[in-house]
Amino acid sequence: MESSKNSEYMTLAELKVNQIAVIVKLLVQGLTRRRLLDLGLLPGTEVKAMLKSPLGTPTAYEIRGSVFALRPEDASKIVIDLLHEDRED
Amino acid sequence: MDTTEKGYDYLIALAGNPNTGKSTVFNALTGLRQHVGNWPGKTVERAEGSFKDKGQLYRLIDLPGTYSLLATATDEEIARNFLLFGHPDVVVVVVDSTSLERNLNLVLQVFEISNHVVVCLNLVDEAARKGIKIDVDQLSHDLGVPVVPTVANADKGLNDLVEAIHEVASETTSTDPRHFALNREISEVVNELSPYVKKVMGELPNIRWVTTRLLEGETTIRKALENGELMSPLSLNKDTIVKNNTNKVELEKLFNIVDNEASRIHGSLYDQIVTSIFVDAETIASKAVIITEIPKRNLDAKIDRIVTSRIVGFPIMIVLLMGVFWITIVGANIPSKFLAAGLFWLEDQFTTLFRFLGAPYWLEGLVVHGVYRSLAWVVSVMLPPMAIFFPLFTILEDLGYLPRVAFNVDRCFKWAGAHGKQSITMCMGFGCNAAGVISCRSISSPRERLIAVLTNNFAPCNGRWPTLILMTNLFIATAFPQAVSSMVASIMMVAVTLVGMLMTFIISAFLSRTLLRGESSFFVLEMPSYRRPNFSRVIYTSFIDRTIKVLYRAVVWAAPAGAVIWILGNSYVGGESLMAYAANALSPIGLLIGLDGIILLAYIIAIPANEIVIPTIIMGYMGTGIITQPESLAQLHALFVSHGFNIVTAICLMLFSVLHYPCSTTTYTIWKETKSAKWTILSNIIPLTVAFIICFIVAQSLRSLGIG
Repeated sequence: MESSKNSEYMTLAELKVNQIAVIVKLLVQGLTRRRLLDLGLLPGTEVKAMLKSPLGTPTAYEIRGSVFALRPEDASKIVIDLLHEDRED
Repeated sequence: MDTTEKGYDYLIALAGNPNTGKSTVFNALTGLRQHVGNWPGKTVERAEGSFKDKGQLYRLIDLPGTYSLLATATDEEIARNFLLFGHPDVVVVVVDSTSLERNLNLVLQVFEISNHVVVCLNLVDEAARKGIKIDVDQLSHDLGVPVVPTVANADKGLNDLVEAIHEVASETTSTDPRHFALNREISEVVNELSPYVKKVMGELPNIRWVTTRLLEGETTIRKALENGELMSPLSLNKDTIVKNNTNKVELEKLFNIVDNEASRIHGSLYDQIVTSIFVDAETIASKAVIITEIPKRNLDAKIDRIVTSRIVGFPIMIVLLMGVFWITIVGANIPSKFLAAGLFWLEDQFTTLFRFLGAPYWLEGLVVHGVYRSLAWVVSVMLPPMAIFFPLFTILEDLGYLPRVAFNVDRCFKWAGAHGKQSITMCMGFGCNAAGVISCRSISSPRERLIAVLTNNFAPCNGRWPTLILMTNLFIATAFPQAVSSMVASIMMVAVTLVGMLMTFIISAFLSRTLLRGESSFFVLEMPSYRRPNFSRVIYTSFIDRTIKVLYRAVVWAAPAGAVIWILGNSYVGGESLMAYAANALSPIGLLIGLDGIILLAYIIAIPANEIVIPTIIMGYMGTGIITQPESLAQLHALFVSHGFNIVTAICLMLFSVLHYPCSTTTYTIWKETKSAKWTILSNIIPLTVAFIICFIVAQSLRSLGIG
């Protein structure tokens, strides 16, 4: 998928619409970390990229049954494991 | 305690995640018995209302919607402080049935602070549509508190909710809220510390919570312990606590032990607590939620894909906005005419009456031509467009379309170095800038909050829409053939709105690159499910909350302003009225920016309320020229034209209206919110400078093109 990227890990910011991933860890401390945790973005949580803004950012993700939009600079703090692509539609 | 002492029998706090229909529950319970009150913790204004049941008076406090009570951001602190220091008798947590697990996160946190909790399981109809059924008994059993399913916007389940509130408040039902399981290491530390905390605080249900907060080093909690705010209500006589120094020794001892113990915990305490809560929430939810069917297609996702699409996302936004304006402009014309005709007929009757009674000329002038006429104007010009515009806007709001707008335009705010929530505060500003400024509290970074406060004025508010609509009707629409005139007028309105938005971006960007330098901070935007607007709520919000309030304010200000204008127009010094003197003095500046002296004078008189700009202009023109009653738009048009008004004046007036400066109420709100004279003054000077520059450029370039 993103194999051309030679970074060791993939972040939520790289997740494409309809792709599903599982959260591995958060790379940020302080208030931002708290905010992300409060949304339920804990290691082990599944997320799906749902929508992309017409201007390119932010991206909306389905997290524990609700849809939240995150800006790429915040989403890039979340390390993920790509699971699969949802091709139902 | 009895009603007379406190003014109510029970104090109820309403908590919940954002977008759970919390305010719908609040409105459904309290109806019209609402006002904004001040509550302890911080001087924060919260919506407050009351309701009566079986002879008992319940006071209801609507707390800000939050996902958590842990993070130290303004909204969370307000909610949390009220639960801690406000001593509510019952806390009602409104929960979205479609995402129970996420909502239980907050419920479990509330349990840590309060014992007397009722869970209001709202939106059960929406959940059913999504194939989700919730086993209420199971949930109630696992949580240890009453759970009441409701559909607040259809008034379903509310009687049961009131019943449950009553039972918990009167302690006829006992509650035993579940406390989430902490991991062993943390719970050992907490157990060791609890006795010390208890010694200082007294016997309270939230000992464990206070202990974990102390372990995290939260300064607000330490302060609250020091000044006695966290004592059990029995010892709530603050004077005695502050004077009582024995506590000080105990506190010092406690803080020392806490600091020692905190170092024993491995890893982040916050991470572990949040994880524990979510693990518990997951377990509870999985037992209570029964998935009856998985809906074949997710309609929300389909709609979202269209309204945020790269190709049609923005066109849809523009078309919707245009549609709202078009319906308003077309629909407001006829009732406006009738209202004006009726009200000015009444003015004739008043004049006749005054003359019949032999009232002196000045009294007739002051009361009839001053006060009454400006009131009549405000009502006939403003009421019809507001009565159409606000319901339409409320429908868009209730549908859940506004977060999609925020999603679409977020990149512009990011470019401006502003917080993403500023799109929401801007939308609030379209209703009322003072409300918009207050809503900026939800932005936790002080830098970004100031930017949002300082630029909120660029969102044209209630008070300004009528001016904009009237100008487009009189000068833009009439310049085009009848068939397309209202369409052109709506395009013009969209254009003016976009100018306001554009200025918001530009000035925000300017501020974050100069006076308020910095990057935009963390931002999350929830995109809630689309909801069918509830008819009665739309009517309620748009008429009572918006139309009537705005009209009332306009009328209250229009009456004295009318008197002032009449006096200015009819006090002669050396053959010229005071109004003419003032207008003449302002005229050179006015003409430079495409306006005139009277318009500028009107803007000065209208500082208390933008609503009276047009009536003031009309009276200024009438006072200095022909005395007619502008019964129809055509006559009004003629009146304006006879004073040199043309399309350039109209465009500049519209631009000036969108840009100029906040009304006095908003300015006062900005001062209250920022507590800074510097920023309050800048919040007026920045837009005024922008208004002068833009109007000057537009007026001069249009004139050099031979227009106007």
